Amino acid sequence: MFVINCPYCGERDQQEFKAGGEAHIERPKQPTELSDDEWAEYLFMRKNIKGVQFERWNHAHGCRKWFNMVRDTSNDEIKLVYKMGEKPPLE
Amino acid sequence: MSANLRVKSSEYIDETHRVSFKFNGKTYYGFKGDTLASALLANDVHLVGRSFKYHRPRGIMTAGSEEPNAIVQVNDKTNRTEPNVRATEVEIYEGLEASSQNCWPNVNFDIGGINNLISPFLPAGFYYKTFMWPASFWEKYEFFIRHSAGLGKSPSEKDPDIYDHRNIHCDVLVVGAGISGILAAKNAAKNNFKTLLIDEKNELGGATIYQNKEFNKIDNQSSSDWIKKEINGLKNISNLEIKTRTSVAAYHGYNYLLARENLTDHLEKKYKNNKVRQRLLKIRAKKVILATGALERPLIFNNNDRPGIMLSTAVKKYADFFGVKCGEKNVFFTNNDSAYESALCLYNKGIKVDAIIDIRNNSNSKIVKAIEQVGIQIYWSHTVVDTNGYRRLNNISIMKLSNDGMTVTGDRINISCDCLGVAGGWTPAVHLFTQSGGKLKFDEDNNVFLPNKYPSDQISVGSCNGKFNLKEIINELSIKLKEFLKISQTDFDNIAIESEEETSKRNIWLLPSDKAIGKTKPFVDYQNDATAKDIKLALREGFRSIEHVKRYTTTGMGTDQGKLGNMHALGIIADTAGVKMGELGTTTFRPPYTPLTFGTIVGRNVGEFFDIFRRTAMNDWHIEKKAKFENVGQWKRSWYYPINGETMHQAVQRESKAARESAGILDASTLGKIDIQGSDASEFLNRVYTNAWSKLAIGKCRYGLMLNEDGMVYDDGVTTRLGENHYLMTTTTGGAANVLGKLEDYLQTEWPELDVYLTSVTDHYATASVCGPNSKKILKKIIPDLDLSDENFPHMSFKEAKINNIKCRVMRISFTGEHSYEINIQASFGKALWEKCIEAGKEYNITPYGTESMHLLRAEKGFIIVGQDTDGTMTPVDLQMDWIVSKKKYDFIGKRSLYRSDTMREDRKQLVGLLTDDPNIILEEGAQIVSELNQNPIQMLGHITSSYFSPNLNKSIALAVVKGGKDMMGKKLFIPMEDKIISVTVANPVFFDEENKRLNA
Ligand SMILES: [Zn+2]
Repeated sequence: MFVINCPYCGERDQQEFKAGGEAHIERPKQPTELSDDEWAEYLFMRKNIKGVQFERWNHAHGCRKWFNMVRDTSNDEIKLVYKMGEKPPLE
Repeated sequence: MSANLRVKSSEYIDETHRVSFKFNGKTYYGFKGDTLASALLANDVHLVGRSFKYHRPRGIMTAGSEEPNAIVQVNDKTNRTEPNVRATEVEIYEGLEASSQNCWPNVNFDIGGINNLISPFLPAGFYYKTFMWPASFWEKYEFFIRHSAGLGKSPSEKDPDIYDHRNIHCDVLVVGAGISGILAAKNAAKNNFKTLLIDEKNELGGATIYQNKEFNKIDNQSSSDWIKKEINGLKNISNLEIKTRTSVAAYHGYNYLLARENLTDHLEKKYKNNKVRQRLLKIRAKKVILATGALERPLIFNNNDRPGIMLSTAVKKYADFFGVKCGEKNVFFTNNDSAYESALCLYNKGIKVDAIIDIRNNSNSKIVKAIEQVGIQIYWSHTVVDTNGYRRLNNISIMKLSNDGMTVTGDRINISCDCLGVAGGWTPAVHLFTQSGGKLKFDEDNNVFLPNKYPSDQISVGSCNGKFNLKEIINELSIKLKEFLKISQTDFDNIAIESEEETSKRNIWLLPSDKAIGKTKPFVDYQNDATAKDIKLALREGFRSIEHVKRYTTTGMGTDQGKLGNMHALGIIADTAGVKMGELGTTTFRPPYTPLTFGTIVGRNVGEFFDIFRRTAMNDWHIEKKAKFENVGQWKRSWYYPINGETMHQAVQRESKAARESAGILDASTLGKIDIQGSDASEFLNRVYTNAWSKLAIGKCRYGLMLNEDGMVYDDGVTTRLGENHYLMTTTTGGAANVLGKLEDYLQTEWPELDVYLTSVTDHYATASVCGPNSKKILKKIIPDLDLSDENFPHMSFKEAKINNIKCRVMRISFTGEHSYEINIQASFGKALWEKCIEAGKEYNITPYGTESMHLLRAEKGFIIVGQDTDGTMTPVDLQMDWIVSKKKYDFIGKRSLYRSDTMREDRKQLVGLLTDDPNIILEEGAQIVSELNQNPIQMLGHITSSYFSPNLNKSIALAVVKGGKDMMGKKLFIPMEDKIISVTVANPVFFDEENKRLNA
């Protein structure tokens, strides 16, 4: 059970949070222009990396804010948290 | 049993305080301070249990939580009974009753012992191989297995005890209060770290408090005297909290640890009542210091499991700490110096030691010399090849070891003895370290796995880090502590230490016998009866992975988790397969380290707190009227209101008829309510619902359907426009929290540019829904000044009103198809509102109805219930609800998915009505639907989602999803049931008042 540093509230226990899957997958602005394959790519395809992964998390039992997290899924080390809309770190 | 096995002068036993207890029905006496094990040994009881598979007699083997044999049932046939308790950990109290497990009819004569005689037929994997076939025999096998297995009995009565949880946040957690733990905790606390020190025993100090006084000195005093002063000093340190009788069960990532604190298990019954029995400590520590010590290893030799064969340090602890001699004729068997310290301790107490058998060729240690001086015979490079004595050890046979240690030579020497102390070296207790994710490395010199890579801010110190003599322990601790805590000094940096260093080592994982291995029983896992030959058999049969060998032989899978024999199992595998132990790896140590009670795990979350219920403001009224309740989400909703002994069916028929004939009232408070405000609220609703919202006038209501991005129906409900930028959305009862979460997600992450604010107001309002042809008259009585004419207050509209000066919101909306009003009022007035409606409706026979009648009434109208008629695979088109999907809107959640090739298939399951040919047969929800009966296999077309007997139509009706159902109107289908085949006809799902005339009646 890890400790997450909510960008709005500070350090809180993991049980206050909800995981929201892979981060930085933007909903297409014009879905009707997309082919079935392109839409399916957005809708269904997720990476599930063993290692460093960009994720969405929600402080569900706290401030209810969504934010991004960079986590190493092999050892649960949290490298970084940052707010929605902020640019992902390049590395 | 008359033998007095007490040796005087133990300061830990209060001989003025005699305690009586029962074991296997017989009364014994011990003293305050005894464990059940020490008290039994003092009464010369060694045989305490039977082994799992062969039912061999087994005795007390250890003095701690690693005990594999002395597993007892405590207080059997009472509401406080507990199975699988280690006798070595039970502190005795007046009135304690304990009994042996896994033996029938009793421990001295056990029918299962026959397995021991036929044991050549019970090799590793026996259960897997034998009970596989034939399947029809399984019932017989099950009977056999259940009766011959069964480690203890679970209690059959309610647990009378209270359990608790506590969260602890500390700077430094120290696990283990031996010398390393005590010094670490003291220096952490004195350097302003908020420190918690935990130990599983009731005394601090570990083994140091009864360590040999001659050979271990600190600051020119004996180590035991020195540590006692240190322990006394701990009491005065303000930011140090100490918890004894507390065992760490699990060490998770991010330094999150769970520990069980035992508060009343050692108390007499009269002191247990109304106190917290055990407390689960949920510890979040910034830094963790593991000082968990080491476990002594047994040696693996033929028949090494007889009662009377014990770990050498256990023999020492029983003598030194509890003042009990474990035998009259003691012999030690060793591969290191530990046994010599134990032998010397016994000798100093006047207990006879006849011999020491040492597999080494020699040793020059001072302590070995001391033994030689007192005249105890030492057999160098000898090994035990066999032991005798069924219920108690009575002699051993030894032989000389060959130089390579693979065979024995010469003649057997028989030595008579009733206690054999075995010393096989030490295994650092790295269990918690590995649980935390730590990686081990193998130390070839000492044959131990040691902590290598730490996954969090923690260190291991003392013997759990492979340091076994006092000087090494304290010197290393001083260096590591300064580095870990970033402090400049400790208070024992330059202290003078004397301790004994071991000079000679020899390790043989499986000791040879003069018999072929097939004819021997060298136990590796005592609890599961796994022997060295089982492990060799597993390797012969092709198992290579240590995890597979473990499961096949069940080595290390008992309640003791293989604390004693795991290393030997690895060693034997490595030797047999010809690989290095470091390359073999080790099995995973899983939590809990020692078993936890269910009570500790659930804490206070029992009874009504196990799963919290939400209740409406009208709840007391429903209870008073003897309503039956059903759980919907977390809510308790009135299901139906039986009167005069009605069955559920009778009550629902009456309620549903009354609602259409005159008036019905439903508690609708549980529907989710979300207050939506902001200048972009209309645009937001356009994007989340399938239909258009921009043109909805203020004061009007609209039904909306919400999809997932995959096009499947997610939730539905009526939303009312309260003002220009203000809406009130209702959701299904069960979906409220998820809908709010989903909407927040879109607002925060996809459309942050929208000016919209969401607030859950579900609990703020209570809702009474009054329906039926007389609902208008009832409402007129309650709110006389509200104009209820169709012109002023038409269907699907909303009015603000006041009842007795209390503001309320009235919506004219309907889920039954009847003329109907929903009155929302501040929750604290909910019951008053309800009672007012009942009072006003009396003359119209207003009938309260529950969720079951609500479901029936809406099914008559063909209205869906999300979650009952849908299951996450239904699109609006599948539900024949194309009318609610806007073709004009450019986008909404799920729109694109409605045009995927799969969602556009004609043969998807689609919602239809079904009428049974015999109108009295009520279909079963979930029943399968077919069109052909002579197919093989029969193709399933779909299933029934809702089914009722309609009192208003006087026939059975059902909703179903059927492949291609849309084009099947009028077609005959079949429902094959266990005892009959029911024929049905596909119909329009709107069974009642298709023209919606009653809405305006
Ligand atoms: Zn937060």
